[in-house]
Amino acid sequence: MTTAQATEAISVLNDPGVLVPGPGYDVPGAVVRYRDAFNQTLRDELNRDQDVFIMGEDISGGFDRDTHEPLDAWGGPFAATKGLVQDFGPERIRDAPISEAGFVGAAVGAALTGLRPVVDLMYFDFVTVAYDQLLSNAAKSRYMFGGQTKVPMTLFARSGGGTGHAAQHSESFYSMLAHIPGLKVVVPSDPYTVRGLLASAIRDDDPVFLVNDKKLINMEGFCPEESFEIPLGKGRYLKHGDDITLIGMSYTSVVCKQAADALAEEGIEAEVVDMLSLSPFDEEIILESVMKTNRVVIVDEDTPRASMASEFAAIIADKAFDYLDAPVKRVTGPHTPVPYNKGLETAFMPQPDDVVSTVKAMLDI
Amino acid sequence: MRISREKLRWLYETMYRIRRFEETMLEQTFRGNAMGVTHPSDGQEAVPTGICAHLTEKDWIGSTHRGHGHCIAKGLDTKAMMAEIMGRYTGQCKGKGGSMHIADFSKGMLGANAIVGASVPLAVGAALTAKYRGMENESVGVAFFGDGATSQGVVHESMNLAAIWKLPVVFACENNQYAEATPAWYAVSTDDISARADSYGIPGVQVDGMDVFAVYEAAGQAVERARAGEGPTLLELKTYRYHGHFHADDPKKYRKSDEEEEYQERDCIKGFENLVTKQGAMTEDELEEVRNDIEQEMQDAVDFALNSPMPPIEELYSDVYVNYSNPVAGLR
Repeated sequence: MTTAQATEAISVLNDPGVLVPGPGYDVPGAVVRYRDAFNQTLRDELNRDQDVFIMGEDISGGFDRDTHEPLDAWGGPFAATKGLVQDFGPERIRDAPISEAGFVGAAVGAALTGLRPVVDLMYFDFVTVAYDQLLSNAAKSRYMFGGQTKVPMTLFARSGGGTGHAAQHSESFYSMLAHIPGLKVVVPSDPYTVRGLLASAIRDDDPVFLVNDKKLINMEGFCPEESFEIPLGKGRYLKHGDDITLIGMSYTSVVCKQAADALAEEGIEAEVVDMLSLSPFDEEIILESVMKTNRVVIVDEDTPRASMASEFAAIIADKAFDYLDAPVKRVTGPHTPVPYNKGLETAFMPQPDDVVSTVKAMLDI
Repeated sequence: MRISREKLRWLYETMYRIRRFEETMLEQTFRGNAMGVTHPSDGQEAVPTGICAHLTEKDWIGSTHRGHGHCIAKGLDTKAMMAEIMGRYTGQCKGKGGSMHIADFSKGMLGANAIVGASVPLAVGAALTAKYRGMENESVGVAFFGDGATSQGVVHESMNLAAIWKLPVVFACENNQYAEATPAWYAVSTDDISARADSYGIPGVQVDGMDVFAVYEAAGQAVERARAGEGPTLLELKTYRYHGHFHADDPKKYRKSDEEEEYQERDCIKGFENLVTKQGAMTEDELEEVRNDIEQEMQDAVDFALNSPMPPIEELYSDVYVNYSNPVAGLR
């Protein structure tokens, strides 16, 4: 699929009735797992451009004691990079020590000097260990050096609760990254979107952070066989409806869709917007939907203060105030770390039922 | 040690250019012509000069908040540097970076960096690019950092990465003995920073950073080792900054005058002049000619900067991204 066709596919996705590609969709493809779509995209990009290389902890995982050859015992956290070292070698699949600031900084240096590094930061929480390199070097170099350089690097990491990883392995602090001018942030929500967004991220000349919610990694869905791009900064509709807008990002787009399906059984037609990109983000799709439905719930797994949910609410209040029939509502995690206990963790994360009850309260049902 | 006449002249020119640039820049700062904070490096000239003497435009350096000397030694244009410090559109970074962010990618200069230690992994990354492309012999990374940066975790991480991956890097620790006002004897756990190289399994050498020939010789070996694919070296260059941490800082508040005088007596430029005239390698007339040329160059740099336009207000918004311009100009 060419980029033009992919862009067309996005607009097809935006048409009622063809919201998610699937059997019958006019592109060769198959139902695959999110992790396989991710792995295939890395493979495509490594084949496509010799300057692309991957760096991160245990991305091959383990070395033979005698030969010093990489073993690919792990194949990356959650097996994201499984098999790549056999095909591309340890120079391009560069296993790094536990040294996030060091190797993210080295990736910025490599990007400034002509390569296109892709960095696996393992858990999203580890961003803070490398935050200075992201903020002060990756994001600012182009601007503070007067446009004479660029930083074409991609980073990815696993976010979100729901897997018992507890407080330090379950972050969803998207706004910590979206706040940074110079950095782009994307949040795929299924195999199709991770394929398109990862390709776009790697081909983009700016630093892009792709956040993978752990709850998506084993999700299955249709994915075109051939490589394609999804434009950065564009959202999509997952469902059309006239009664209320539900805005999701990453896994909360799945939550919104589930809530919308439940609401549909009760005759409430919710429209679901899947943001896909958080910086830049698709202001138009938010405003278009809210101006049509006049009510909106933003669903974000991040903690609530200074979050993406707050940002979207501010944009709606600023630009669509006269269209609102009810206050903007946010369904988010509480202002707490993510707890370990299953019951507490479930209560932390926005659930479809939370969205449904919020919608009903807004509609006085 | 043998040095060509041409190189000898270059060493003198470069040290003297840095010295006069810093003095001229300070004068302009006190006149209110610089737009912010500047960190002069006069006193330390032998270090960037002796190291960059071995580098070409294909080699990369990472620099610090005290970066004017590194820039000049790497061949940056003093006009564009002065204009940058004065915030002008003709500056090296269109007036958007200032003294602490001067960069010239066409000259292999990855940028002055105002986060202490933060440019060290950038030089490692540049060396990674060289190794990735099999170009170690023509493109090494040099990380300049101070004694203060040796307390930063990312500096240690960078040395470990460069060591395990055998990257062509020279870690150049300019130990001027003060991190802002804090003396190294208080903040650094050892008197011998170069000895830390042992813990990474790489060579470490302590060098008299007030002697350009000592720096030149040690750096020559480190660069040669990097180009030969033998991996990184840590150089600790003992030096001294004549001025305070930044332009308005009075170092007499935390340094003793006998210490300052001792280093002034070992001044790298005076030491160079004495040695080359005594040995007949350069005449006093030749030295004078260099000084006069640089005097003119400084005057030209100031005139150029003062007569340059300010950046247009649209520049506030440009170059945040390569291919996305933010339509939100800020919420007003």
